Amino acid sequence: MSNSTALYRKRTRTNQIALLLSTGAMLLGMSFLAWILAVLLYKGLGALSVSLFTQPTPAPGSEGGLFNAIVGSTMMVGVATFIATPVGILAGVYLSEYGRKGWLAPTTRFINDILLSAPSIVIGVFIYTVYVAQVQHFSGWAGSLALALIAIPVVVRTTENMLNLVPASLREAASALGAPRWKVVLQVVLRSARAGVLTGILLAIARLSGETAPLLFTALNNQFTNFDLNGPMANLPVVIFQFAMSPYENWNSLAWGGAILITFGVLCLNIVVRTLFRKKI
Amino acid sequence: MQTPVATKRDMSFAEVRGESAGTSAPTMAPKIRIRNLDFFYGSFQGLKHIDLDIHEGMVTAFIGPSGCGKSTLLRTLNRMYDLYPGQRATGEILLNGKNVLDPGQDVNALRAKVGMVFQKPTPFPMSIYENIAFGVRLYENLSRADMDNRVEWALRKAALWDEVKGKLNQSGLSLSGGQQQRLCIARGVAVKPEVLLLDEPTSALDPISTAKVEELVHELKSEYTIAIVTHNMQQAARVSDYTAYMYLGELVEFGLTDEIFIKPKRKETEDYITGRFG
Repeated sequence: MSNSTALYRKRTRTNQIALLLSTGAMLLGMSFLAWILAVLLYKGLGALSVSLFTQPTPAPGSEGGLFNAIVGSTMMVGVATFIATPVGILAGVYLSEYGRKGWLAPTTRFINDILLSAPSIVIGVFIYTVYVAQVQHFSGWAGSLALALIAIPVVVRTTENMLNLVPASLREAASALGAPRWKVVLQVVLRSARAGVLTGILLAIARLSGETAPLLFTALNNQFTNFDLNGPMANLPVVIFQFAMSPYENWNSLAWGGAILITFGVLCLNIVVRTLFRKKI
Repeated sequence: MQTPVATKRDMSFAEVRGESAGTSAPTMAPKIRIRNLDFFYGSFQGLKHIDLDIHEGMVTAFIGPSGCGKSTLLRTLNRMYDLYPGQRATGEILLNGKNVLDPGQDVNALRAKVGMVFQKPTPFPMSIYENIAFGVRLYENLSRADMDNRVEWALRKAALWDEVKGKLNQSGLSLSGGQQQRLCIARGVAVKPEVLLLDEPTSALDPISTAKVEELVHELKSEYTIAIVTHNMQQAARVSDYTAYMYLGELVEFGLTDEIFIKPKRKETEDYITGRFG
């Protein structure tokens, strides 16, 4: 009896140590996250104002906002999503529905996984070489293209995963009615996975809105408000990068404001994604 | 392997039924004639030399222990196996005298004539109305009013109309399991097939829903030829006119349900039906 009590005490102690270690690890991670958010709020909240959304980036020492960067980011992320969504969904459909046999689908999946984890600066340099260097000027189109290349593998992967979750019985039921393959995929399979596919697109958008490296080489920056995708374009990540590095106080403050905008934009997207998923389950 | 026996008995049954029960006697030519059917999952042979006739306007039940090939047999009738590479069938399945295993057979045209309902209810992720209209639109271009009529007709056939008539725009997934299964039957009926294949249609349902589906089978058989796979022996006895007992990919015995259940010819069949085996 005393033996088993000793064993029991030992187990209790081991359990306490394990609990302590895991709680410590969690607190360490959370404290850094809280620290980042606290600094962001402390430094950035002061920069939030109406002019942040209405005025373009100023010269050092004068008044201004981030209007041009917000416009540029929205347009480029929008175009990139517009390109990446159909391409990504179609490729995902191919991988899940049509590529059951043969070498093409496994190869595509492998290359897609490489693209998924490729450093974004490589993609920026790639677009610089094949597009910017050819037409001899930076442009919003080049930025959109680089962002699209980053988004496509994300959309492909989530689309494939979500379609794989659709039970085979649903495909069989639609085929049993005599529906041709494309109708089965488009009207039944894709439809029942739409919440998941949409989630993938939103997550891709969230990732794009923070990308800096690919835009440095492609869209560059523009201190004026520009709606023309064919010219250099301002965008939030690059403006934050340049303004944060500058010695001017008003630029630093705007950089914090931009950082808050991106962080909370992404946060909102994540909340949307979570509610979408909850509805699905 | 039992075909000669079965055929002889079918003939005598036709006469008996014609005079005593007063129901329509089965036509001489069966709706589906299966001859020397073999089926392979890759190198594994799932069905061995099946010879079987499925009669028009009758319910034919396939019974047997799990893995005996009864679902496989059902899935060859509408070439469901075509969806999966590595599965193939050889032999003859004559529907209205035409071999559906012919490589030239358009499988979608075949499935228009041979509908199927599965074990698990599979409503599509759309409204109740659209669930029915989906199949109909594949073959017919109906006006809104005609489509409304067709949807109502199919839901009435499946004894579901009264329960859903006020909520046709709600998702098919919002229905209960039994209602979902009847929705799937309505969906199958709506395209007006000639044959209806039911693959354990009640195994996921409660007893009340099961009774409703069985009643339905009884009513539908006057217009459709029905083949049903079931694990439930009482169900086979209740709903079917003919029963096929299968074991390990072979057809052990086929004949009138009444005869199979009361006086089976083969010892194996009797053992299975009485619960000594399986």
